[in-house]
Amino acid sequence: MHSDIKVDCINQICPIPLVETRKALRKAKEGQVVEVIGTHPASKKEIPMAVKSLGFKLLKIEEREKGFWRIFIKKIREEEE
Amino acid sequence: MKKASIILHSGDLDKAYSALIIGNGALAMGLEATLFFTFWGLERLKKGKLDKAKLCRRNLFGLGRWIMKKKMKKANLASLEKLLKNYKELGGKIIACEMTMEIMGIRKEDLREEIIDEYGAVGTFINEAKESKINLFI
Repeated sequence: MHSDIKVDCINQICPIPLVETRKALRKAKEGQVVEVIGTHPASKKEIPMAVKSLGFKLLKIEEREKGFWRIFIKKIREEEE
Repeated sequence: MKKASIILHSGDLDKAYSALIIGNGALAMGLEATLFFTFWGLERLKKGKLDKAKLCRRNLFGLGRWIMKKKMKKANLASLEKLLKNYKELGGKIIACEMTMEIMGIRKEDLREEIIDEYGAVGTFINEAKESKINLFI
Protein backbone atom coordinates (compact mmCIF):
# COMPACT_ATOMS: atom_id res chain seq x y z
CA MET A 1 0.00 0.00 0.00
CA HIS A 2 1.21 3.50 -0.85
CA SER A 3 2.14 5.86 1.96
CA ASP A 4 3.37 9.47 2.03
CA ILE A 5 4.91 9.47 5.50
CA LYS A 6 6.55 6.51 7.23
CA VAL A 7 6.95 6.28 11.01
CA ASP A 8 9.33 3.70 12.44
CA CYS A 9 8.36 2.67 15.99
CA ILE A 10 10.13 -0.67 16.08
CA ASN A 11 11.14 -1.55 19.67
CA GLN A 12 9.47 1.61 21.01
CA ILE A 13 7.05 1.17 23.89
CA CYS A 14 4.15 3.19 25.32
CA PRO A 15 3.53 6.08 24.76
CA ILE A 16 6.05 6.71 21.95
CA PRO A 17 4.22 4.92 19.08
CA LEU A 18 1.04 6.89 19.86
CA VAL A 19 2.97 10.15 20.14
CA GLU A 20 4.99 9.61 16.95
CA THR A 21 1.79 8.69 15.08
CA ARG A 22 0.16 11.89 16.29
CA LYS A 23 3.19 13.97 15.28
CA ALA A 24 3.16 12.46 11.78
CA LEU A 25 -0.58 13.05 11.39
CA ARG A 26 -0.10 16.68 12.36
CA LYS A 27 2.55 17.09 9.69
CA ALA A 28 0.56 15.25 7.00
CA LYS A 29 -1.59 17.19 4.54
CA GLU A 30 -5.20 16.39 3.83
CA GLY A 31 -5.47 13.22 1.72
CA GLN A 32 -2.01 11.90 2.64
CA VAL A 33 -1.40 8.42 4.06
CA VAL A 34 0.72 7.80 7.17
CA GLU A 35 2.25 4.37 7.67
CA VAL A 36 3.32 3.31 11.17
CA ILE A 37 5.55 0.28 11.70
CA GLY A 38 6.02 -1.16 15.17
CA THR A 39 6.37 -4.07 17.55
CA HIS A 40 4.66 -2.92 20.76
CA PRO A 41 1.45 -5.03 21.09
CA ALA A 42 -0.65 -2.47 23.04
CA SER A 43 0.07 0.22 20.44
CA LYS A 44 -1.38 -1.98 17.69
CA LYS A 45 -4.70 -1.78 19.52
CA GLU A 46 -4.38 1.82 20.66
CA ILE A 47 -3.27 3.58 17.50
CA PRO A 48 -6.62 2.66 15.85
CA MET A 49 -8.38 4.04 18.96
CA ALA A 50 -6.47 7.32 18.59
CA VAL A 51 -7.28 7.46 14.85
CA LYS A 52 -10.98 7.12 15.64
CA SER A 53 -10.77 9.75 18.38
CA LEU A 54 -8.97 12.13 15.98
CA GLY A 55 -11.57 11.55 13.26
CA PHE A 56 -9.16 10.21 10.63
CA LYS A 57 -9.53 7.07 8.54
CA LEU A 58 -7.93 3.74 9.40
CA LEU A 59 -7.13 2.12 6.05
CA LYS A 60 -5.42 -1.11 7.04
CA ILE A 61 -3.70 -3.05 9.83
CA GLU A 62 -1.40 -5.85 8.76
CA GLU A 63 0.86 -8.26 10.60
CA ARG A 64 2.73 -10.32 8.04
CA GLU A 65 5.29 -11.48 10.59
CA LYS A 66 4.18 -12.23 14.14
CA GLY A 67 4.75 -9.27 16.45
CA PHE A 68 5.62 -6.90 13.62
CA TRP A 69 2.69 -4.72 12.56
CA ARG A 70 1.98 -1.97 10.04
CA ILE A 71 -0.89 0.50 10.29
CA PHE A 72 -2.04 2.77 7.45
CA ILE A 73 -3.96 5.94 8.27
CA LYS A 74 -5.44 8.52 5.94
CA LYS A 75 -5.70 12.14 7.00
CA ILE A 76 -9.16 12.82 5.62
CA ARG A 77 -9.55 16.37 6.91
CA GLU A 78 -7.39 19.34 7.82
CA GLU A 79 -7.13 20.22 11.50
CA GLU A 80 -7.96 23.60 12.93
CA GLU A 81 -5.04 25.08 14.86
CA MET B 1 -12.24 20.23 22.15
CA LYS B 2 -12.01 17.70 24.99
CA LYS B 3 -9.35 18.29 27.61
CA ALA B 4 -7.32 16.51 30.29
CA SER B 5 -6.01 18.33 33.38
CA ILE B 6 -3.38 16.73 35.57
CA ILE B 7 -1.98 17.96 38.88
CA LEU B 8 1.52 16.70 39.60
CA HIS B 9 1.82 17.11 43.38
CA SER B 10 4.47 14.45 43.94
CA GLY B 11 8.16 14.89 43.21
CA ASP B 12 8.73 11.15 42.74
CA LEU B 13 10.28 9.75 39.57
CA ASP B 14 7.55 7.17 38.93
CA LYS B 15 4.79 9.75 39.39
CA ALA B 16 6.46 12.23 37.04
CA TYR B 17 6.48 9.41 34.47
CA SER B 18 2.76 8.75 35.02
CA ALA B 19 1.87 12.41 34.59
CA LEU B 20 3.91 12.85 31.40
CA ILE B 21 2.79 9.55 29.86
CA ILE B 22 -0.87 10.34 30.47
CA GLY B 23 -0.38 13.90 29.20
CA ASN B 24 1.25 12.64 26.01
CA GLY B 25 -1.43 9.98 25.60
CA ALA B 26 -4.19 12.56 25.87
CA LEU B 27 -2.52 14.81 23.26
CA ALA B 28 -1.90 11.84 20.95
CA MET B 29 -5.59 10.96 21.09
CA GLY B 30 -6.58 14.47 20.08
CA LEU B 31 -7.36 16.01 23.47
CA GLU B 32 -5.87 19.19 24.91
CA ALA B 33 -3.73 18.69 28.00
CA THR B 34 -2.70 20.81 30.97
CA LEU B 35 -0.10 19.82 33.56
CA PHE B 36 -0.15 21.76 36.82
CA PHE B 37 3.11 21.40 38.75
CA THR B 38 2.66 22.02 42.47
CA PHE B 39 4.37 21.30 45.83
CA TRP B 40 7.01 18.57 45.39
CA GLY B 41 6.01 18.25 41.76
CA LEU B 42 7.32 21.76 41.11
CA GLU B 43 10.84 20.49 41.98
CA ARG B 44 10.76 18.67 38.65
CA LEU B 45 10.47 21.98 36.78
CA LYS B 46 13.65 23.34 38.34
CA LYS B 47 16.61 23.58 35.98
CA GLY B 48 18.36 20.20 35.69
CA LYS B 49 16.02 18.46 38.17
CA LEU B 50 13.59 16.54 35.96
CA ASP B 51 15.55 13.29 35.94
CA LYS B 52 16.89 13.66 39.48
CA ALA B 53 13.81 12.34 41.28
CA LYS B 54 13.62 9.43 43.72
CA LEU B 55 11.24 6.50 43.56
CA CYS B 56 8.19 6.76 45.80
CA ARG B 57 8.75 3.23 47.14
CA ARG B 58 11.73 0.91 47.43
CA ASN B 59 14.16 3.70 46.68
CA LEU B 60 16.66 1.97 49.05
CA PHE B 61 18.98 4.99 49.25
CA GLY B 62 19.20 5.19 45.49
CA LEU B 63 19.73 1.48 44.78
CA GLY B 64 16.07 0.91 43.91
CA ARG B 65 16.18 3.93 41.63
CA TRP B 66 19.28 2.56 39.91
CA ILE B 67 17.64 -0.86 39.39
CA MET B 68 14.44 0.77 38.10
CA LYS B 69 16.40 2.95 35.68
CA LYS B 70 18.13 -0.14 34.33
CA LYS B 71 14.80 -1.89 33.84
CA MET B 72 13.35 1.17 32.11
CA LYS B 73 16.34 1.37 29.81
CA LYS B 74 16.11 -2.33 28.97
CA ALA B 75 12.42 -1.95 28.12
CA ASN B 76 13.35 1.11 26.02
CA LEU B 77 11.10 3.46 27.97
CA ALA B 78 11.53 7.06 26.85
CA SER B 79 13.34 9.42 29.23
CA LEU B 80 11.39 12.09 31.10
CA GLU B 81 13.17 14.71 28.98
CA LYS B 82 11.99 13.06 25.77
CA LEU B 83 8.43 12.79 27.10
CA LEU B 84 8.48 16.44 28.10
CA LYS B 85 9.79 17.47 24.68
CA ASN B 86 7.04 15.49 22.94
CA TYR B 87 4.45 16.90 25.32
CA LYS B 88 5.42 20.47 24.39
CA GLU B 89 5.72 19.67 20.70
CA LEU B 90 2.14 18.34 20.64
CA GLY B 91 0.91 21.56 22.27
CA GLY B 92 0.66 20.48 25.92
CA LYS B 93 0.31 23.30 28.44
CA ILE B 94 2.37 23.67 31.62
CA ILE B 95 1.34 25.72 34.63
CA ALA B 96 3.70 26.36 37.56
CA CYS B 97 2.08 26.85 40.96
CA GLU B 98 2.75 30.39 42.21
CA MET B 99 1.73 29.55 45.75
CA THR B 100 4.34 26.79 45.93
CA MET B 101 6.92 29.24 44.60
CA GLU B 102 6.12 31.64 47.45
CA ILE B 103 6.16 28.98 50.16
CA MET B 104 9.33 27.28 49.00
CA GLY B 105 11.10 30.47 47.97
CA ILE B 106 11.42 29.42 44.34
CA ARG B 107 12.10 32.19 41.84
CA LYS B 108 11.12 32.17 38.17
CA GLU B 109 14.77 32.03 37.19
CA ASP B 110 15.15 28.76 39.17
CA LEU B 111 12.59 27.16 36.84
CA ARG B 112 12.71 26.23 33.17
CA GLU B 113 10.80 29.31 32.09
CA GLU B 114 10.99 28.42 28.39
CA ILE B 115 8.59 25.48 28.85
CA ILE B 116 6.17 27.12 31.31
CA ASP B 117 3.08 28.60 29.67
CA GLU B 118 1.54 30.17 32.73
CA TYR B 119 2.11 30.89 36.43
CA GLY B 120 -0.97 30.56 38.58
CA ALA B 121 -2.61 29.24 41.72
CA VAL B 122 -5.75 27.25 42.46
CA GLY B 123 -8.06 29.55 40.48
CA THR B 124 -6.03 29.04 37.32
CA PHE B 125 -6.17 25.29 37.78
CA ILE B 126 -9.92 25.20 38.50
CA ASN B 127 -10.48 27.26 35.36
CA GLU B 128 -8.74 24.52 33.36
CA ALA B 129 -10.27 21.62 35.33
CA LYS B 130 -13.87 22.76 35.03
CA GLU B 131 -13.68 22.37 31.27
CA SER B 132 -11.85 19.03 31.38
CA LYS B 133 -13.28 15.56 30.85
CA ILE B 134 -10.31 14.01 32.61
CA ASN B 135 -9.00 15.39 35.90
CA LEU B 136 -6.18 13.66 37.73
CA PHE B 137 -4.21 14.29 40.90
CA ILE B 138 -0.86 12.54 40.97
